Amino acid sequence: MTQHDSGVTFGYLDEQTKRMIRRAVLKAVAIPGYQVPFAGREMPLPYGWGTGGIQVTASIIGPDDVLKVIDQGADDTTNAVSIRRFFRRVTGVRTTEHTTEATLIQTRHRIPETPLGPDQILIYQVPIPEPLRFMEARETETRRMHALADYGVMHVKLYEDISQYGRIAKAYDYPVMVNGRYVMAPSPIPKFDNPKMHDAPFLQLFGAGREKRIYAVPPHTSVVSLDFEDHPFEVQSWDRVCDLCGADDSYLDEVVTDDAGGRLFVCSDSDYCAGRRAAGHEGPAAASAAGAALSETMTAVSREADGEGTP
Amino acid sequence: MYVAVKGGEAAIDAAHAQLADLRRGDRSVAALSLDQIRDQMALAVARVMAEGSLYDPDLAALALKQAWGDVAEAIFLVRAYRTTLPRLAATRPLDTARMVVRRRISATFKDLPGGQVLGPTFDYTHRLLDFALAAEDEPLAEPPPPAEAPLDPDMPRVTDILGADGLIEPESDPDADNPDAPVPDLTREPLTFPAGRAMRLQVLARGDEGFLLSLGYSSQRGHGGTHPFAGEIRMGEVEVEIIPEDLGFPVTIGTVTATECQMINQFQGSKTKPPQFTRGYGLVFGFNERKAMAMSLVDRALRAPDLGEPVVAPAQDEEFVLSHADVVEASGFVQHLKLPHYVDFQAELDSVRRMRRAAETGEGADS
Repeated sequence: MTQHDSGVTFGYLDEQTKRMIRRAVLKAVAIPGYQVPFAGREMPLPYGWGTGGIQVTASIIGPDDVLKVIDQGADDTTNAVSIRRFFRRVTGVRTTEHTTEATLIQTRHRIPETPLGPDQILIYQVPIPEPLRFMEARETETRRMHALADYGVMHVKLYEDISQYGRIAKAYDYPVMVNGRYVMAPSPIPKFDNPKMHDAPFLQLFGAGREKRIYAVPPHTSVVSLDFEDHPFEVQSWDRVCDLCGADDSYLDEVVTDDAGGRLFVCSDSDYCAGRRAAGHEGPAAASAAGAALSETMTAVSREADGEGTP
Repeated sequence: MYVAVKGGEAAIDAAHAQLADLRRGDRSVAALSLDQIRDQMALAVARVMAEGSLYDPDLAALALKQAWGDVAEAIFLVRAYRTTLPRLAATRPLDTARMVVRRRISATFKDLPGGQVLGPTFDYTHRLLDFALAAEDEPLAEPPPPAEAPLDPDMPRVTDILGADGLIEPESDPDADNPDAPVPDLTREPLTFPAGRAMRLQVLARGDEGFLLSLGYSSQRGHGGTHPFAGEIRMGEVEVEIIPEDLGFPVTIGTVTATECQMINQFQGSKTKPPQFTRGYGLVFGFNERKAMAMSLVDRALRAPDLGEPVVAPAQDEEFVLSHADVVEASGFVQHLKLPHYVDFQAELDSVRRMRRAAETGEGADS
């Protein structure tokens, strides 16, 4: 554990602001899937880079929390590194890359493969909180549509996909119905992750900083991906396993390994992949040169005890 | 060729070090001091204060130095700093009629009480590069002689002169039904729609100058025209007052430099209102006429629904204008596209491949 920068308040936000955000979080939990407007502040990281998630995390984090930050499922992506550093600096809390050790997990674009438990909170960074936005640009209209549960445009959009492409083309940020009442944007997670949200034992909080909205899915809440009886929702599947760890149940990223068409498919969840490899699992390309190089860049980032670095 | 996949801590540290090095530049050249920036780049400082919504010339100068002269980045730094400050009090409305005027012009009256005061302005300069300024030891210009007569302390606003005859709509209380209601505060409350004029003016006051300039310009070119006249533009120092709770009377806590613009616009009249002039208002920290004028054009354009005018152009569309006016929001979200999107791109790639396969085989894409 590092000492938090005494020049700023614990969590950067002043106490009034934290209280305001906690009130918004409580309201969000009370009305699952409803987007609560909150007076988002300018954070020292840019809008669109996780300021909503950061403000939610900053408002609920305590000195005993253990924080994990992922982007694209990985702890070592630059923005995850940057956000983790920010919290180390302004809270001094312990950070981890191990999903099971974390009490708070801030994420962009993924839900970890390792199932979360009731003592964990997952905080999503959300770019566009409004699931109806690309059908209706006006906030005044979309709020009215939510109020009336008037989701016709969404069903029409999904139907048009089927008539045009033979399938629902939405592959990420796939809309869900929460608690049978509000259609909600799950943030740009692949639809592969949608089933993990349903009846989950953990609290899920969503922060959209630029759009100034907070919403939530409390534990054990129904989260149903929208579909049609004759076109049921289905998730991405691969006819291959992770090239490094051999997992056949994780979301795979495609990595271009050379300029001759070489590809590897590896777990996007770096902790999951590393854990499996540490337990002795091996994927088909684990021993290849590209596989070894990739494996090295993915594991050479043991950041638990590193210094603060340049702010 | 092996493609590196993921960046890490070391890369970030190295990037920061490179940035710091480039920002400082050639070490044989003297570093800029904050005094130099504050005094000699005062208009950049003013813009950072206005859009950063924090009046502090020294901090704005620091932000400009740290941001390597990138104004949007400096504004961002000031905004982020602002987040750490508690709200101590709300000031009384600035009384710009009591402004210590350095410049005051009207385009609607040749002369008026208080007179036209040209003051410091780029207007009427010829935009020729002045190579004398390039000399290392720039000759010290003589300070201008003091005015022959002191300015008239009574400098009524042009709109008040017109208002006395009822030719211009009265400036209505933003919340006329509830005059004692506190003014909404954009920095403490979320922006919701309809926003109302008080909130609108706050968004415009710290909105991106380039965006407002283009919108104002578009309204002049027929996209929601408002037939404006620059009724008055004034720039100078205004006192800022608060009423401390334990005192109960106003106390001046300082002065700010501000630029105010009152646009006067034609109005044909409606079922309920006689033909009269209407107002567009602009107020900006520091000396920034371009911004104040653009703001007042956009303010007036946004009043279209209140005045019963059809909303047909972007400049009249409250949601469109207010949602996209903030440079910190816009810059952040546009640039977030640099962040990795491997996961969602992978999902799209998968989706496109399936659809292409289906198109090739002529089968349904569900397989």
